[in-house]
Amino acid sequence: MAKTIVVIGGGVAGMTAASRLADLGEKVILLEREDQTGGHLRQWDRLFPNRRPGYEVLDFLMENLEHKVDVRCNQGISSVSQQPSGFSLELEAGESLPCDALLLATGFDLFDAHKKEEYGYGIYDNVITSADLEMMFRSGQKITTRQGDAPSRVGFVHCVGSRDEKVGNLYCSKVCCVTGVKQAIEIKEQFPGAEVFGFYTDLRMYDRHFEEMYYEAQQKWDINFLRGRVSECAENQDHTIVLKIEDTLTSRPLKMTVDLMVLLVGFVPSPETLRLAAMLGIVVGEDRFLEPVDEHTRSNFTIQPGVFLAGASKGPFSISNAIADAGEAALQIHEYLRTL
Amino acid sequence: MKEFGYKVHKERLIDYDKNDKRVLEHLKKHEPSVLTCIACGSCTATCSAGQFVDFNIRLVQTLLRRGEIEPLKKEVQKCMLCGKCILICPRGVNMRNLILAIQTAIDKLK
Repeated sequence: MAKTIVVIGGGVAGMTAASRLADLGEKVILLEREDQTGGHLRQWDRLFPNRRPGYEVLDFLMENLEHKVDVRCNQGISSVSQQPSGFSLELEAGESLPCDALLLATGFDLFDAHKKEEYGYGIYDNVITSADLEMMFRSGQKITTRQGDAPSRVGFVHCVGSRDEKVGNLYCSKVCCVTGVKQAIEIKEQFPGAEVFGFYTDLRMYDRHFEEMYYEAQQKWDINFLRGRVSECAENQDHTIVLKIEDTLTSRPLKMTVDLMVLLVGFVPSPETLRLAAMLGIVVGEDRFLEPVDEHTRSNFTIQPGVFLAGASKGPFSISNAIADAGEAALQIHEYLRTL
Repeated sequence: MKEFGYKVHKERLIDYDKNDKRVLEHLKKHEPSVLTCIACGSCTATCSAGQFVDFNIRLVQTLLRRGEIEPLKKEVQKCMLCGKCILICPRGVNMRNLILAIQTAIDKLK
């Protein structure tokens, strides 16, 4: 009898793994709790490092699912439990779904910027997050301040909600640095005369073409990088933002007024991931992301046979990393099913 | 390389080999949070004393690490011990205790 795999989560990792498993001849059900697949990729306008449209990758992933994978959207999961043979999922719609293997591709949430009150998100008009800015780019409208003016100075605040024990997140979210550089360039594309600043502690241009993009940001677009972490900000009467920072390279406190302040928000583990992990007895790390059996050699395995992991439920991932990881997860699951 | 001019005037040089690291060793025991600083400067940006005088609290831990005891002695005198830096530090460095422990260590190791 054909074995059934349930992939939980229809984001980049889940879509990739589901289509790869179908290619390998497996019977796959992909569960997505939203009304369509695509996950966080749907919120992106253009992708780093080459600024290609996000929909190109989304379309690729969507097409790969077609006619191969049983995709079920709007499917919340009430509970999941281990059975004598395999697993059983109770769906919120009332259906019970038995399966032989499970892939947790439940992804991440964005850090809630309200928690860094000193940055004034949700309090001051012209403090927005990188996700808000991405949606503005996607809308096709020109970027403006809340008052409708073209910004003449924009500041990007790095490491918001990451590398910060005050919010309980010691880890680096990995892709905010390059997102900040990408978005800074996109602001300059729209407003060549605007001044754009990136406030950083370390710039982690870790992957191929990232450092070159940083170079381009300096050389071609004249974007300023100022080394220091914004300590606090306030709103002026004209709704501009005045921020305070140590310019660590001159060792002096610095004050600056910007028309728009963009908070580069990082990854946090989603509560749904943790809820499912608790029901399945999956190990959760100190950073609250899911822990595979061995992060180098068995990074898609959990301590529970038949339960696999892919993508950002394990920590911050780029799209390309998530696709590669999910492809590997599919192969591992395929092999596992042969052993049953 | 020698011909290019290797010599640095003594007053300009941080002589890491000769500098006194005993204060640092004391601090590693009594305020080990000092080890986790990433030099982001949040403390300096928010520092009450630094708004008025030439005081950079971030530099305190750097001077400590380099064993630059003479400038360190002067710097720690400038702190008002208000504790804002502790509230903002993303690495949980206990700056106020650091300042006090440095003063204690300097007195003890005179």
